[in-house]
Amino acid sequence: MPLILGMSLLLGCQFAGELLARLLGLPIPGPVIGMVILLVGLTIRGKVPKSLRTTGEGLLRYLTLLFVPAGVGLMVHGRLIANDGVAIAATLVLSTALTLAVTAWVMSSLATRRGGR
Amino acid sequence: MEASALDELWVYLSGNPLVSLLVTLLAFALAVRINRWLGGTPLLHAVTLSIALIITFLLLTGIDYATYFEGAQFIHFLLGPATVALAIPLYDHRERVRQLLVPLLAACGAGIVTAVASTLGLALLFGASPQTVLSLAPRSVTSPIAMGVAEQIGGIPSLAAGLVLITGSIGCALGPFIFRMLGVRDPVVQGFTMGLAAHGFGTAQAFAKLGAMAGAFSGLAMGLTGLVTAFLLPALVALFGL
Repeated sequence: MPLILGMSLLLGCQFAGELLARLLGLPIPGPVIGMVILLVGLTIRGKVPKSLRTTGEGLLRYLTLLFVPAGVGLMVHGRLIANDGVAIAATLVLSTALTLAVTAWVMSSLATRRGGR
Repeated sequence: MEASALDELWVYLSGNPLVSLLVTLLAFALAVRINRWLGGTPLLHAVTLSIALIITFLLLTGIDYATYFEGAQFIHFLLGPATVALAIPLYDHRERVRQLLVPLLAACGAGIVTAVASTLGLALLFGASPQTVLSLAPRSVTSPIAMGVAEQIGGIPSLAAGLVLITGSIGCALGPFIFRMLGVRDPVVQGFTMGLAAHGFGTAQAFAKLGAMAGAFSGLAMGLTGLVTAFLLPALVALFGL
């Protein structure tokens, strides 16, 4: 039963998120709004129900597996990727390195100055 | 007689969701094994490896992506509830989040602007086609958001999803190296940075290698980046005249 209850809670929040996104015409995907809804719910309730923790942490443990089906979709764009391959690869590597460096630098310098370490 | 019976069986099986589900799980298990055997190197991410294995299998057997996805969608669907579940580690570490709110928001803003501006600038500089540039733009955002944003600004959603995944594996490979170079040791900073630059891949890696607290901050960064980018990107793209 815990798995069923936990899954129902997660899907319920996702459903509410989808509904809100559609009704308000938000450009944000339903699951992300669902995450905010669940966070608000947990804050009000003051603790994480055991069923939710079992299901949620189980899903998060295999998060990487869940990206595989979408990734296989790259095979459809073989030609486009071959044409722009060098530009894509160079952009992704340089820009990702830059993003990592800037984010880590800004956050670590601000976090240490506030004494929070 | 024998051969044609086998043919019939194969025709039946290859159109069946069972095959793609089984292949996805087996390829992932194999990829994790290979990655562990190579000493858990971030250079050959288990996800990248399983995607390559599955694409090879599909090309060899002549199964097209639409047929594959009919089965694999059951796995893909779980991305939704998994995203919602990110609220749990976030709630567990709410005190730490509250303490670090200002650095978090500043780093998030700086990171997003760097990611989008450098992506657009570099892609244009290297002469990528406009459609590719627009599909690259949301690359550091988690794939469900990236697909929506790409569609909105005129890119190709499924290409965007793929580029997001490649970004994720690049981020996982570069992250440890860059942290060492900058002398960043705090798991909270590392986790947040990985979540911002490499979305779900970074978050998964943070959970696995840096612990639950880093994972929570990584999930926070992923959600926050997704939210802010969804609003910010259309304006930034207009700024580059695309």
